[in-house]
Amino acid sequence: MNPAIGYAAITVVAVASALIGFYGLRVSRTTSDFYVASRTVRPWWNASAIGGEYLSAASFLGIAGLILLTGSAALWFPIGYTAGYLMLLLFVAAPLRRSGAYTIPDFTEARLESEWARRVTSLLVIVIGWFYIVPQLQGAALTVRITTGLPAWAGSLAVAVIVAVVVAAGGMRSITFVQAFQFWLKLTALAVPVIALLLVVNGGEPPAQLTPAEAFPPAAGPGDLDVYRTVSLMVALLLGTLGLPHVLVRFYTNPDGVAARRTTVIVLVLLSVFYLFPTAFGFLGRAFAPDLAAPGESDALVLLLPDRLVPGPLGELLTALVIAGAFAAFLSTSSGLVVSLAGVISQDLLGGSVRGFRIAAVISSFVPLVVALATESTGLAGSVGLVFAFTASTLCPVLILGIWWRGLTARGAIAGMATGAVLSGSAILGGAALSALLPGMRPFLEQPAAWTVPLAVLVTVLVSRGDRRGVPRGTDAFLMRLHVPEHTRHRAGPETSGRMPRQ
Amino acid sequence: MPESMLLAAAAGVVAGALAVGVVLLLRRLVVASRELGTDVERATYQTLHLASRAAKHLRGGIDEVDAMRAGRYLRALLGCESLALVDRAGGVTVEGDDAVRSVAGRLAAEASASGKSQVQRRIPLGDGETDAVAAPILADGRAVGAIVAFAAPVRAGLVRATGEVADWVAAQVELGELDASRAALAEAEVRALRAQISPHFIYNSLNAIASFINTDPAQARELVLEFADFTRYSFRRHGDFTTVAEELRSIDSYLRLERARFGDRLKVTLQVAPEVLSTVVPFLSIQPLVENAVRHGLESKEGGGRITITAEDSGAFAEISVEDDGVGIDPAVLESVLAGGAPGEHVGLRNVDARLRQVYGEEHGLVVETNVGAGTLVRMRVPKSQPGRVAASADAALGPDGRLER
Repeated sequence: MNPAIGYAAITVVAVASALIGFYGLRVSRTTSDFYVASRTVRPWWNASAIGGEYLSAASFLGIAGLILLTGSAALWFPIGYTAGYLMLLLFVAAPLRRSGAYTIPDFTEARLESEWARRVTSLLVIVIGWFYIVPQLQGAALTVRITTGLPAWAGSLAVAVIVAVVVAAGGMRSITFVQAFQFWLKLTALAVPVIALLLVVNGGEPPAQLTPAEAFPPAAGPGDLDVYRTVSLMVALLLGTLGLPHVLVRFYTNPDGVAARRTTVIVLVLLSVFYLFPTAFGFLGRAFAPDLAAPGESDALVLLLPDRLVPGPLGELLTALVIAGAFAAFLSTSSGLVVSLAGVISQDLLGGSVRGFRIAAVISSFVPLVVALATESTGLAGSVGLVFAFTASTLCPVLILGIWWRGLTARGAIAGMATGAVLSGSAILGGAALSALLPGMRPFLEQPAAWTVPLAVLVTVLVSRGDRRGVPRGTDAFLMRLHVPEHTRHRAGPETSGRMPRQ
Repeated sequence: MPESMLLAAAAGVVAGALAVGVVLLLRRLVVASRELGTDVERATYQTLHLASRAAKHLRGGIDEVDAMRAGRYLRALLGCESLALVDRAGGVTVEGDDAVRSVAGRLAAEASASGKSQVQRRIPLGDGETDAVAAPILADGRAVGAIVAFAAPVRAGLVRATGEVADWVAAQVELGELDASRAALAEAEVRALRAQISPHFIYNSLNAIASFINTDPAQARELVLEFADFTRYSFRRHGDFTTVAEELRSIDSYLRLERARFGDRLKVTLQVAPEVLSTVVPFLSIQPLVENAVRHGLESKEGGGRITITAEDSGAFAEISVEDDGVGIDPAVLESVLAGGAPGEHVGLRNVDARLRQVYGEEHGLVVETNVGAGTLVRMRVPKSQPGRVAASADAALGPDGRLER
């Protein structure tokens, strides 16, 4: 592969992101028309922005790689990543928007009236965010290594530095339009190559044959799925989406709960469309690049396939597009995460000042960098899946019970979060060692969500039940605020007289 | 296996953090046990500790929930078997054996009526007997409840202690009432500080409208409606909070009216991040800044000038600023105005500043950058997360998505 393409694509995306983050919107948003200035973000834009922030390295590179590696079992990942938003839509989106709490720690503090619940939640949010950034940096390392030939650490370092500098300097905060742009860039960067490759493959002389038996041998088909693993993975992905800090923050751009719901529906559509393409990439990979199917290497499939199937300038162009999309994915997801983490860290530890936010932004970029440099990726989709499992076992029970159950108490929430964190954390971290001792336990340790989430919920409920005195006083008022639509509330207000029609 | 490296590294980090935590905890324990001191000191500490734990719950009065939470500590404090807290209405909260409930109610009523401690011995209770002492809780000379301690037997020490605890509870309740009235005072202050619509502005607007009635009736009608909108928002009675979007709407009405006088001399630039439109801000907290910029910055400047209103997203905060290129303010004058002296000009700034400090804390006051002839830049920084505060929107004309509908 020609390294010049790699350099060019990466530089263009990095510079463009930084410039748009700093200047682009400052110019475009300036107006003297109040009507224009007070226009809120439309659900379409907001949904694109959520997509932009959500589609990370795991979606862009990881899914195709995993399909290449394991076959149809990997198809559960795009399903879970998307369907998580269904859970968000059903249980969380509108009430959380109505709560007025801006982050999950704010929410737990307001809901449970407890400083300690807040601290524990903050800690978990920070840990989850850090471990979610690590795969992004590893994806960057892989991309840089494959496309430019530079050592792998250069990619991680570049992304971490760019994100830290841009976020700390005040650019790329939660600018909806930048993130929305990133979504469409990512979609284009996958859709165009996939369609081009399909055309080329179909129109080649002689037409390339895609033998289904080769692409999807029965051994890798649905008939061979392990029920427990699949269920557990789905629990992790469906419920894990609920607690992702950078996604939740986005819901506050919606003016009210109704718009939050509408946004979520659009996100579901956008993600469903997007995931067609990595899936197609994986499918093409199984047919035409089976040699890449090795752990750690398969994630590069999306980057390498265009060049293999379409030699010449067109192939180089497609490769450049894919690289640009991949880098957009790393930058947008990491910056979204760093912004929300820096918000939490600066508010809880550094007093909420501007300077505190900057320091926190640098810390939140460099801690994951250290972890990313010290470790090596075996599969982006898999490691993000583990972060989802951890999130599902810790934040999700508190969030759902907090929104839907009066009886939740601070002690119950803390106990539940601790249980979930310890169980899923030790399964994820110590799983390899434990399953060597007890081979029968392997699936339970590799996909812990199916037992850690119910246990965490159970502990939360039991401890709350035993602590009935601890039910916060404002529970009823708070829950009413969460569940009564804003519009009704306004209607019920004393001053609802109509206003004179204008000509 | 590289994944295991990741796991090992993460495990290392977690283990390291845990180890540090354990060491800190142990150190604290060692230090604490070394400094625990004599038995007397420990007993004093224990008493004060229980009292402070209980005090937290007594500040809100002695209704059921609080009494339940405080009762536990009070019982430990008195060292009795069961303890009942009875509120003014006769509601009994029992900590310990629930069988004493009716006796407690009766004794408490007696104690409250007489204003003195009551002791009753040999109360039959299930399989045995117990003694009880009831002491009235007298706040401001009137009984707000009573505390009843059950023990077998009740000795003089317990009687005295119960009386003292009752007095202490009364003090806490009084303090709680003080807190409540202080909060009410602060709220009233915020209400009183709520910016008042300036008489000059009404006078000027009406004059401007009058000048259009003959020449341009359509424009005059438009302005009257604008005036109606503006006053409706400003005279709103309920709700101390609003959203940036609504505040902008009111500023729009205000500036349209001012433009009727200023004409092209008043230019406006807006730079508003849509992410902060739904941020909750105190009612009429941005409009006075704009009014200040017009009245004290641009009115006296020849050729008018430009006002720039920006609202941007800054992590967990929304940063709102109003800038004008008018005549500026003498920093010394401004300082004295903000410090509370010399009312008159710029009273709007002081008003907003005071309310912001009142609501969000001292570090959230206005930041003003200005000098004579150099224009004025006023900034405020408001947390986006305000779960306790609801923006009261009474406006039916505001669309469901918060947009201006015309």
